[in-house]
Amino acid sequence: MSLLLDIDHVGKTFLQGGLLSRRHIEAVKDISLQIEAERPEILSVVGESGSGKSTLAAMVLGQQLPTRGRVLFDGIDIADIRSRADRRAFMAKVQPVLQNPFEAFNPLKRVDRYLFATATNFMTSKGRPTRQEIEARVGRALVEVGLTLAEVRGRFPHELSGGQLQRTAIARALIPDPRLLVADEPVSMVDASLRMSIVNLFGSLRDRLGLSIIYITHDLATAYYISDRIIIMKKGEVVERGNARAVLDNPQHPYSIALKNAVLTPDFA
Amino acid sequence: MFTIVRDLIRYNIEFAIGLVILLLLIGAVVLSFFSPYPASDIYVVPPDMPPDAEFWFGTTSRGQDTFWQLMIGLRNTLGFGVGVAFLSRILSLVVGLTAGYAGGRTDRVLMAINDSIMVIPQFPILVLFYFVLKDNMNWLMLVLILSALGWSYDARLIRSIAMSLRTRPFTTQSVYSGMSMRKILVEEHLPYVMPIVFATTMNNMIWSIGMEITLSVLGFTDVDTPTMGQMIYWANSHSALISGIWWWVAAPVGAIVILFIGLFLLSMSMNEYIDPRSRLNRMGN
Amino acid sequence: MQSEALFHTPDTATEPTLVVDRLKAYYTTKAFGIDRDIRAVDDISLSIAKGEIYGVAGESSSGKTTLIKTIVGAIRPPLHVVGGSVRFNFSGQAYDIYDLRPDELQAIRWRHLSYIMQGSMNVLNPVRRIKHSFYDFAYPHMGLDRAAFWDKVRGHLRKLDLDPDVLHSYPHQLSGGMRQRATIALATVCTPEFIVADEPTTALDVIVQRDVLNMLRDIQRDLGSSFLFVTHDMSVHATVSDRVGIVYAGRLVEEADTPTLFRGARHPYTQHLVASLPKIGDTTRRASLAGRPPSLADPPSGCRFHPRCPLAMDICSRQVPVMTSLTPRHRVACFAVTGATS
Repeated sequence: MSLLLDIDHVGKTFLQGGLLSRRHIEAVKDISLQIEAERPEILSVVGESGSGKSTLAAMVLGQQLPTRGRVLFDGIDIADIRSRADRRAFMAKVQPVLQNPFEAFNPLKRVDRYLFATATNFMTSKGRPTRQEIEARVGRALVEVGLTLAEVRGRFPHELSGGQLQRTAIARALIPDPRLLVADEPVSMVDASLRMSIVNLFGSLRDRLGLSIIYITHDLATAYYISDRIIIMKKGEVVERGNARAVLDNPQHPYSIALKNAVLTPDFA
Repeated sequence: MFTIVRDLIRYNIEFAIGLVILLLLIGAVVLSFFSPYPASDIYVVPPDMPPDAEFWFGTTSRGQDTFWQLMIGLRNTLGFGVGVAFLSRILSLVVGLTAGYAGGRTDRVLMAINDSIMVIPQFPILVLFYFVLKDNMNWLMLVLILSALGWSYDARLIRSIAMSLRTRPFTTQSVYSGMSMRKILVEEHLPYVMPIVFATTMNNMIWSIGMEITLSVLGFTDVDTPTMGQMIYWANSHSALISGIWWWVAAPVGAIVILFIGLFLLSMSMNEYIDPRSRLNRMGN
Repeated sequence: MQSEALFHTPDTATEPTLVVDRLKAYYTTKAFGIDRDIRAVDDISLSIAKGEIYGVAGESSSGKTTLIKTIVGAIRPPLHVVGGSVRFNFSGQAYDIYDLRPDELQAIRWRHLSYIMQGSMNVLNPVRRIKHSFYDFAYPHMGLDRAAFWDKVRGHLRKLDLDPDVLHSYPHQLSGGMRQRATIALATVCTPEFIVADEPTTALDVIVQRDVLNMLRDIQRDLGSSFLFVTHDMSVHATVSDRVGIVYAGRLVEEADTPTLFRGARHPYTQHLVASLPKIGDTTRRASLAGRPPSLADPPSGCRFHPRCPLAMDICSRQVPVMTSLTPRHRVACFAVTGATS
C-alpha cells in the first residue's frame, strides 16, 4: 500500500510583528493524514476561518513549507524540491483549484492563454509539443469538464459565467495529468443554479480518472454529498475524522456537533 | 484606444487643454527641424530687435532669431525630458516589479539600494558632477545621471502594486501553469502597472526638465546647445532685462510655463482616469 | 432547525411600509468606447408590510443589489432610475424617495431607514475606535444629550448580546463575526422602522452566521421593524424570511410565503433552486440547470429564463410574463403556470 500523500505530524507557525515585538501564530498544530495511491477519494477538509485548512492546503501544494513535520508526496519530501525541473515535475502531479473563478484568471487576458501555457509547459516529455498536440490535449481536458475548445477560445473572463470559468480552471488543472487536486472552496463563488454540476464533476473525475481530490469547504451539506472521507479542523487541529456520511450523520466531538447544529436546513416537510 | 482619448477630451477639460498644449509642443519640435539658422550660430540676424512682423519674438543680443532659438530649445528640452523619463522608467519597472514579486532577501537588498538613492540630495550632487566633469558634462552624461537619480520613488510605487498582484489568485494559477517569473512579470503584471507608469512619466518629466533649467540657468551645462534654460542663461549673462530686451527672457519663460501646465494637466487627468469611479462620475453628470 | 415562533403574520391592516411600483433602474454607459444599457432592475413591483421580513433571493448579477440600492435611494451615475416609484410609509407619513431633496433623504436615513451594505463589516473606520463610529453616525439623528446617547447605545448592545466594551476596540481587534454584529448594532441603534440588509452573513462562518441571524431576528422582534433581506443563500431565507421574492435577470419571477415557496414553488427556476440544495442526510443526486445566468446588458427576449427553462414554450421567447396572483400571497410570472394570457 503506497501512499500518494503522507502528511506526517505537520505544524506551521507564522511570525507576526516587527523587530521589537513578535507574535507566534500557530496556524496548524499537529496534523497527520494519509491518502492511498490506489484508492482515489474525495477528502473534505471542513473548518471555519482560522481553522488552518487553507494553510494545510498551501502546504500540500508546496506553497508553504511546514515548520514541523513533513509532507511527502509519492514518497518525496516536498521540502526537498528545489530545482526548477523537480518543481515542475511536482506541479504536474498536484494542481490547485482556486476559490474565486473570476479572480483566478487575469481579467485583462484571455482564458485560453492559461490552458495553452499549461499544455506547453508540461508536455515536455518528447521535446517541444506541436501546435496540434497542444490543442488536442487542451481540447481533451475541456471535454472532461463538459466544455469545448470552441466555447472558450479567445474569451475574456468576463465573457463567461462563474460556472464556465471554474470548469475551465478545473480543465487547466487536469492538463498535466495530475494525481491530486487541491480545491479550496471551489464552488462558494459559483451561482447556486450552476453549483451542483461542478460538485458532481468532482465526483466523476474521481471515478473516471482516478483522481484524488482534497476538497476544502465550510459547507457541511456539500461535503456530505460528495466526499468519501472528512476531517473537521478547529484552530489548527483535527477534531474528528472518518467516513464522511458516518461522521456527519453522527458527529461525536462537541465542535462537530455544534457545526452540524449551526447548519441551516430548508426543512419544510 | 482612440475612443478612450476621444471621450477623455469630451469629459475632461483638463485633458483637452493638456492635449492641445502637447500638440503645440510637438508642432514646435517638428518646426524646429526647418529652422533657417543653425542652432549654435550667432550674429546671423540684427541683434536686439523687438518683436515685429519679420521676427515674431524679436532677436537676441547675440544676433539670433528668438523664435527659432525657442523652437530648437523646446526640441532639446523635451528630448532631454523624454530621454530621462524613458531610462528611469525602465529602471523603476525592473527594480519595482522584481522586488515586489520576489520578496525576501531580493526585496530587502533592492529596497536598500532604492532608499539610499532616494535620499541623495539631488541638486548638490549634480553641481558636484559638474565641477568634477567640467567640459565632459555633455547632455548624454546629464541624461544618464538624472535617470540614475530619478527612478527610486516610482520603483517603490510599482513595488507596492507588484506585491499586491503577487497575492492575487491569477498569479497562483500562472505559477501552476508553469510560467516563469519573467513571463509572469512581463505578461501578467505589467499591464496593471502601466497606467501608474504613465502617470509618473509626466511627473518625472516635470522634475527632470525643472532640473535641467535650473542647471542651465546657472551655467552648469553645455552652453552650446540651446535649451530653455540655456536661453535664460544667455539672456542673464547679457543682462537682457536691464537692457530692456525683455522678449529674450519672456519667450523661454512663457514657453516653460505653458510646457509645465500642459504636463501637469495631462498628469492630473491621467491620474483621474485611472480611478474608475471618478471616471464614471464625470460621465454620469 | 426552524423555531415555531418564526413565521408570524405580519400586520397587513395598516399601510405597507414600502411600496415599490414598476421600478426600472438601468446603468447607462455611453463613453470611453462603451455604449450599453444594463437593465439591472426591469419593472419590479412589491410591497412590504409593517414588521415583515421580506427576503430577496437571486444569484450574482441578477440585479438584486441594484434593486435595494434603488430602494434606499443610494444610486450614483451611471445608475439611473428610468421609471416607477419607491414609496415608504413611516409613522403614517408617506415619502416618495425620488421626490425628496438630498437633505430630506438624509434625514430619513438612520432615523427611519437603515442600510446594512454587503461587506459592511469592513465599513468601520479602521483607525478609530468603534465608539467614534457610533458617535459620528448615530448621535446626530437621535436628539439626545451625550450621556443619554451612550446609555442608549450600551443598552442596545447588551440587548443584542454584545459586550459594551466593544465600543472601545478598534475594528481589527474583533473577529469578522463580531465586526458584522457591531455594524448591525450601529445600523439599528436609531430604531429604524425599515432595515435593508445586503448579504449580511455571506462571508461568515456557519456558527457565526447563526448568531448573526439570531441577532437580526431579535432586532426585528424588538423594534417591530420591517426587513428587506437580500441573499443568494436559500437556506438563510428558509430560516429567516417570512416571504421571499425570487429575482432573475432584473425581474421578479415568484413571490410567496416561505413555507409555500419551499414546499410548493411553481416557477421552474425557483423549483430548481429549492431542489438543488444539498442536505445532510440526503445523498440523492442533485442536478444543475443548463445554460448560464443571462447578461443584463443583452438579456433574452420575452421571459428571460426561457433559454434554460425545461417548460419553455413558443410564447416564452416572444412575450414577457407578468406577475400573476395564484393566491393572495403567492405570485408567479410564468406562462407555463398561469397559462398564456397576454
